[in-house]
Amino acid sequence: MTGSSSVGWLDIVVILAYLLATGYLGWLGYRGTRSAADFLVGGRSAHPIIMAVSYGATFISTAAIVGFGGVAGLFGMSLLWLTFLNIGVGILIAFIVLGEPTRRLGHHLGAHTFPELLGLRYQSRGIQIFTGAIVFAFMPLYAAAVMTGGSVFAATQFGIDFEVALLIFALVTAAYVIPGGLKAVMYTDTFQGFVMVIAMLFLLWFTYSSLGGVTEAHRYLTDMTDMVPAPLVQMGHQGWTAMPAFGWGAPTYDLWWTVVTAIILGVGIGVLAQPQLIVRFMTVRSRRELDRAVPIGAVFIMLMTGAPFLVGSLSNAWFAQHGPILNGKVIQEIDAEKGRALVELMKQDDSGAWTAVINPKTNKPATAALIVSERKAAQDTTGASFELAGGRSSAVTYVKGDADKIIPAFISAALPHWFGVVFFLALLAAAMSTLSSQFHTMGTSAGRDLYERIGDKGRSREPSILVMRLAIVVGLLIAVTISYMVRQEYIIARFTAIFFGLCAATFLPAYVGGLFSRRVTRTGAFASMIVGLAISLFWLLLVKAKEASAIGLVQWVTGGKTSILADYPNWPSVDPIIVALPAALLTLILVSAVTRPPDAEHLRHCFPERN
Amino acid sequence: MLGIDDPFVLTAYLGIVTLAALSLVYGLVRRNAARDEVTPEDRQWALDEKKVEDEL
Repeated sequence: MTGSSSVGWLDIVVILAYLLATGYLGWLGYRGTRSAADFLVGGRSAHPIIMAVSYGATFISTAAIVGFGGVAGLFGMSLLWLTFLNIGVGILIAFIVLGEPTRRLGHHLGAHTFPELLGLRYQSRGIQIFTGAIVFAFMPLYAAAVMTGGSVFAATQFGIDFEVALLIFALVTAAYVIPGGLKAVMYTDTFQGFVMVIAMLFLLWFTYSSLGGVTEAHRYLTDMTDMVPAPLVQMGHQGWTAMPAFGWGAPTYDLWWTVVTAIILGVGIGVLAQPQLIVRFMTVRSRRELDRAVPIGAVFIMLMTGAPFLVGSLSNAWFAQHGPILNGKVIQEIDAEKGRALVELMKQDDSGAWTAVINPKTNKPATAALIVSERKAAQDTTGASFELAGGRSSAVTYVKGDADKIIPAFISAALPHWFGVVFFLALLAAAMSTLSSQFHTMGTSAGRDLYERIGDKGRSREPSILVMRLAIVVGLLIAVTISYMVRQEYIIARFTAIFFGLCAATFLPAYVGGLFSRRVTRTGAFASMIVGLAISLFWLLLVKAKEASAIGLVQWVTGGKTSILADYPNWPSVDPIIVALPAALLTLILVSAVTRPPDAEHLRHCFPERN
Repeated sequence: MLGIDDPFVLTAYLGIVTLAALSLVYGLVRRNAARDEVTPEDRQWALDEKKVEDEL
């Protein structure tokens, strides 16, 4: 499906109004208080709305809205558990449990980056360098997810090629992050956050009202269970308002393990160990500011993730009721009473004869479940007569199973064009606030945590600023190359999940242990990080089928299999976090128990409140 | 309920609303509960942070 590429006067007015408002707020910000650090320097308090929404805008991006919204369109409302964790873990636990200890420890030690926080806490240059290297090496994967999300949406909305959209997106990103957009201007972040909130509220209201209300919409989607594509059913898909089939030892449970371990747990827990979000806690003025930001952050995240997950799922019902008519030859009646049939999709050639649509993946005629609304006699290319069925199908059919296109296709087909433009601007804003924090983190990792530490040059600012800028350019080039080269099934969500899972397994035990325990040792922390990273990489390279087969090493090792555990069903669908995080935690505890405790004087410096 | 038959999905749907409501209650109850003071150490940290940001 492609969208309309025409841009009307209303679209131009909307774009200009948005750019003017952003520019005005940016100018106001640059005249005075701009970032959280400015508020703190001035001894003033950022309004909790500004604090919470700018944090949320860093967290939420095109990856969440387009990528995970699309995955919900494919797999259904089971993804709402991710929203539940985003609020419960990403806001409540992060703000209430981790926020204040992180802020205090960071200020006591004078840490300004996440690797520096760990390095100073454990008095280890090695830990700082190791953490900085991992952040710099893997953050481009997450940045690529954000860029792919924005580019897929722009390509669909404006009817341009993905490659062209990616090039434009990369240029806009470069123009934003290289000259100085890195400094988070909290007012513009907040304004962009509000635009996102309004866009999501409108999107949710429109979707529910066009399907007859909340219960009606859900009921209709529940009744579409028999229209789930066969490949998804074989993985355990039980409908868009149901959890996938749960069990162990058969391929029919693969979807449950994918959705729950990789998407829900990987991202839901992984948010706690995101370097660019942890640093945000240090810029907060006090515990009171964190407490006040909790409700706003929770509502913001609820709208920013819950709405796209619901809309992604419900887009299947919308296309089944309002989508373009598809045609095909009936090969199986699914439910004659409801007019549902499995058809071989067909298209009309120039001579007027009907010919089968070929699925490029299987090289066989493409099939889909249709809600048949008309039947008529037709002729195929051999001149033979057959009954041609016409009807509508789920969103998954219209996007040919490409989850990343579900949200863009729905907005392009269902909503007014001016809303598509507003939504695109909201997405662009979401992408830019996330990308700026990602590239900022990459730059500081390379400059402060790698260059300064490895070179042992102390705190010489000038050369490290140059390294930071170079690192940002290199990171941007890597991210764009990944976006350009890798186009696979729900790749946006998968890149995000890989990065979040990797961060959780590698950093989370050492980070949380460093905040709360005086007994965790430098060796224990380092060992836990190495174990978490090693198991995650081993799993991604050799066990997790989708990632391992894309990288290719596993085929070479096993002689063509997609996983070294390919003969043991479900293991190839289990996310690394399930194995790597407990192993890293266990390593932290065991190694700390048998190594020398940290110096008492250092602990007094880290935790003066506890003396 | 709400047109969703699967109890696990329904729990997630209602759980999201419940968590958001709990967060609102938490924010209201705790809005002035914690101390709000900026120490010299906090201010020094912010000055250092600002210096790096400005240079970048």
